[in-house]
Amino acid sequence: MEKFTNSPIEQRSTAMAGKGRGVGAFTFNIEALGIGRGSMPDSRVGPMPLFPNIDFKPVPLKAGEEEDYMLALKQEMRGTMQRLPHNIKCHANKAEVERYTERYLKQSQLDDANWTPDWSLLPKELMPQKKKVVKPVKKKKAVTISRKETEAMLTKLDELEKKDDGNPEKSDDETEKKKVNEGEEEEEIEAEEYDEEDVEEENDYIDSYFDNGEDFGGAGSDENVDGEGTY
Amino acid sequence: MTAQEVRLCGLLLQEHFGEMVEKVGTHLLKSGAQNLRMILHETGISLDLLKKSLCVLVQHGACVFSSGRKGPGSPTEYRTSCDRILRILRYPRYIYTAKTLYGDTGELIIEELLQRGHMTMSSTVKTVADRLTQNMEDGRSMDYNDVSNSFSNLVETHFLQRCPPPPRAGPKESPTPAPPPVPGTPTPPISTTLPTAESFPDCYKVPHVTLIGKGKRPLSSEDVDDQRNAKKAKMDSETHGDEGICWQVNFERFHLHFRDQAIISAVANKLDQTSSEIVRTMLRMSEVTTSPSATCTKPLSANEIFRSLPTNYNITRPILDQYLTLLVDDPMEFVGKAGESGGGMYVVNMHRALANLARATLESVVQERFGSRSARIFRLLLRKRHLEQKQVEDFAMIPAKEAKDMLYSLLSQNLVQLQEVPKTPDYAPSRTFYLYTVNQLPTARMLLQNCYKTVANLIERRLYESKESKRLLEKSQRIEAILASLQASGAEPEQLTEVEEMITAPEKQQLDALRLHINKLDSAENQVDETIFLIESYVNSTTTTS
Repeated sequence: MEKFTNSPIEQRSTAMAGKGRGVGAFTFNIEALGIGRGSMPDSRVGPMPLFPNIDFKPVPLKAGEEEDYMLALKQEMRGTMQRLPHNIKCHANKAEVERYTERYLKQSQLDDANWTPDWSLLPKELMPQKKKVVKPVKKKKAVTISRKETEAMLTKLDELEKKDDGNPEKSDDETEKKKVNEGEEEEEIEAEEYDEEDVEEENDYIDSYFDNGEDFGGAGSDENVDGEGTY
Repeated sequence: MTAQEVRLCGLLLQEHFGEMVEKVGTHLLKSGAQNLRMILHETGISLDLLKKSLCVLVQHGACVFSSGRKGPGSPTEYRTSCDRILRILRYPRYIYTAKTLYGDTGELIIEELLQRGHMTMSSTVKTVADRLTQNMEDGRSMDYNDVSNSFSNLVETHFLQRCPPPPRAGPKESPTPAPPPVPGTPTPPISTTLPTAESFPDCYKVPHVTLIGKGKRPLSSEDVDDQRNAKKAKMDSETHGDEGICWQVNFERFHLHFRDQAIISAVANKLDQTSSEIVRTMLRMSEVTTSPSATCTKPLSANEIFRSLPTNYNITRPILDQYLTLLVDDPMEFVGKAGESGGGMYVVNMHRALANLARATLESVVQERFGSRSARIFRLLLRKRHLEQKQVEDFAMIPAKEAKDMLYSLLSQNLVQLQEVPKTPDYAPSRTFYLYTVNQLPTARMLLQNCYKTVANLIERRLYESKESKRLLEKSQRIEAILASLQASGAEPEQLTEVEEMITAPEKQQLDALRLHINKLDSAENQVDETIFLIESYVNSTTTTS
């Protein structure tokens, strides 16, 4: 059997030697392919452009009744399938802000979100397990305990800071809110917290300027006798 | 599963089922069959969401589950395949076909089943009746019987089929069959091959369902209606005798129909209307006798064809014979002659027709991308198989330099391949023939992958366009909602115009341009899917014969 005249190593060396002589040197006779050396297109510099220029513009789309109808069908189907309960949305977004729209969604739409498939056609392990209910209850209790503590502290601080009438009203509000909070989920608790802080926030207005009629005549307030007149 | 297919499947799942299902689906596509624990571990989604996503996927047939490979005790394994998910692209075409064949009722039945995956007959009938009643005038409503009849028609022509009962792992009891005529299949033994819907004898049997009633309109705000409807709801919760029998759309039957349509329209384009009617008659006669993967239909005699032609085509017998001879002699080889008895036995060559249609698609692609002269070279190579450089120039009658250029660009796009034929065992370049050739099947496969990539790009561009103008779209949706509610409560025209003017003129222009772009992109997706169907059918036909 004849030895191969060009073993791979020798081929490489000839190629590399060829590179010294000229960039477009090939290891085989290029004429056999019918492509002359002069007719080579320019060598590529850099990666292909993302949107290369094409010589021929594409044919326009078919347009007719059928196509329009199928287009409408497609867009409707997309919209409907996004509203079905099969479309599982990420729950992470819900907790951040309680959206204005969610308060006004009809209850029926929210109920649709719970879809029960036909369990006889699915493997048993995909059914949600009932044990899971225990966990959130524990979590809630833990949460409400800590909320009670923080609320107690906040009320004490507020009572120390603030002076007169606002107090009994505010503490009533807080106890009401405590009762409401115990029954709610975490998401609402965060919203409520925000509301409470709003209420308890110290603002620039001096309380004594608020004239609710009880201060008239200075009854029950010793500090206003000296300088500040009642308006 | 190629990378392009997986990317397209991911986009389709995300658009229709949400990101969670997309994550689970793409993971299953890339990693094959896995059990629940492994999926949980590798994707990191919470167990609750993972279970829901798998339920959704199984409900829509995108995922199948089977008992594990190690035997009866091992956990169930889940598997997805690209094919089923890619069908989502074709849903509008299925619905439109059902409309042309069975009217609005059929259209809505197919639409409901496609949206929900699979449903029982009673729930389908009720939902469809309700939807039809909504669109009818006040006082009229759709009877359940009409919808049931349409449903039965769809089942008889095999467009709908029963879902196969799930494989049970181990000695578990099969679910108790509720209605009388039930598939009498015992629990199937554990096997690696999953049973298809057709392997059960009763997959096209309509159960005996008692459905008496009419479609209902949506609840109005009056109290009286609410009370009445509340009472009705209690009555409706009774069973209708077909629990556990779910129906799904039979995609293969729709594909056969599309294939027939493609052949008929090709004949109409190439020859004339009468020839296409003859071919349509032949295909209609062999609908039930031909298996889906057959190479050609059963032979039909010219006498039978003559008798079965539609009555409004009064062509005489000799003319029919002439038409048939023309069809047989046509180079597209749609119809072939299989014998002389009965005035001539004729068959429709399915596989050859599909191959020729795919070839025409390839040629058209080359023509539109590279010009008609390159297309001439391409067609030449398809016909003559292997040609040298010099022969290409001569046969195509194109000057040498330009021919070389075109061949080189076709070669760089991999539409044309080089075949080396050595004269001596050492493959010396000066003593080897270099022949240009085109292989139809690998080129068709490559084009198919290009189509998948095209559709994925179209979807991504559409998502990008909507994201860019998200604020504007939301604003226009809100204004439309306000307008609708105002109109429903009977507002004056001034109020309506005031609301309409909330969108400024340049914004309107932007919205119109956006809508035009999105419609174009959507329409393009539909039409690329037609090409995908053609090439997929061709590729599948070659795998069944070889």
